[in-house]
Amino acid sequence: MDNLIWIFVSALLINNFTLSYFLGLCPFLGVSGKLDTAFRLGLANIFVMLITALSAYALNTWVLVYAPYLRLISFIIVIASSVQFVEMALKKLSPDLFKALGIFLPLITTNCAILGLALFSTNKGYGFVEGMIYALGAGGGVTLALVLFAGIREETRILNIPNVIKGTALNLIIAGIMSMAFMGFAGLFSS
Amino acid sequence: MSELVEKSRSSEEFLKGLWKENPVFVAVLGMCPALAVTNTAMNGLAMGLATTFVLLSSSILVSSLKSVIPKQVRITAYVIIIATFVTVVDFGLAAISPAIHKELGAFIALIVVNCLILGRQEAFASKNTIGLSVLDALGMSAGFTFAMLCISIPREILGSGTLFNMPLFGESFEPWVIMILPPGGFFMLGFLLLGFNWYAQKRKERNLIKQN
Repeated sequence: MDNLIWIFVSALLINNFTLSYFLGLCPFLGVSGKLDTAFRLGLANIFVMLITALSAYALNTWVLVYAPYLRLISFIIVIASSVQFVEMALKKLSPDLFKALGIFLPLITTNCAILGLALFSTNKGYGFVEGMIYALGAGGGVTLALVLFAGIREETRILNIPNVIKGTALNLIIAGIMSMAFMGFAGLFSS
Repeated sequence: MSELVEKSRSSEEFLKGLWKENPVFVAVLGMCPALAVTNTAMNGLAMGLATTFVLLSSSILVSSLKSVIPKQVRITAYVIIIATFVTVVDFGLAAISPAIHKELGAFIALIVVNCLILGRQEAFASKNTIGLSVLDALGMSAGFTFAMLCISIPREILGSGTLFNMPLFGESFEPWVIMILPPGGFFMLGFLLLGFNWYAQKRKERNLIKQN
């Protein structure tokens, strides 16, 4: 149990996917203009990550034992197609949820955070439960970073900022400061 | 005449990737490797070369197969082609230099999802001849490698006082550790973009003054 909590907190805060591994930066910088959109993108991320953990576990146990060199190709294809499949099921079963997450699903199907999750949990040799907890933590971490970042960006819009720094340069520097703040969590479990 | 046009076209396809359409600084693509593995110049260079190999080989394959690949499944086909070459690089690098392979870790595998590579297949290689696609791929990956070096060299110098693992300063140098940690990546790219913005703005002002 302790181990599971550690995996969760570590993925959520200490080794935050966005701020310390730089995974999923494209949506992080692209779709973080509005708080509401950022939050829904984060939820979609958690959702896809859970599917990913499930597919990665299945592939690792039943297929890749026999053909390890197919790892990358099979991860990408299986993740992409199972997300598409779940998307169709969602459209049918829960139109509300689909409306909230729908447009983001194709966007994040195989971004680096998703594939990174599959690769990292394989490298760490996580089993099924550990993998799912890891996915929850990582997805939660991405959501946390997105929401905080979007909040700061909304504030910067009403400030008087020199033209030179507006845009990606400012966003990157904000992300750098946030990343520094998240580094502080590294001491969380040392005692 | 047409030969001259041909020649200028091909040099333009090569040069645009270096500066005018630089994948990292202008198009802001491929950010995840550009920030994650640029803590030392060696890692940056290795990543740049690995990406060059993948981009070049998949561009050649995609542009030569462009009439065979059905339009509906083209993205999937590109992804499979790219993933194949990334697997080759992954195993190749593990054989050539296990140390660098270990340091880059999962980020070699993550070249697959570098938007730069898929972007070039979709925007260029699938519509142009093999020759032009090779030039485009070479230019783009030269631009990418150049950007990786621009980010990694200052990070390594400031963060550990070395360049390609050779110490630059004496004993008294106090390394600015934050530069080789994750925040340093964000700051370095942020400040580089800031510098480019500043330069572009200055040039625009100068042109305005000249016009008046």
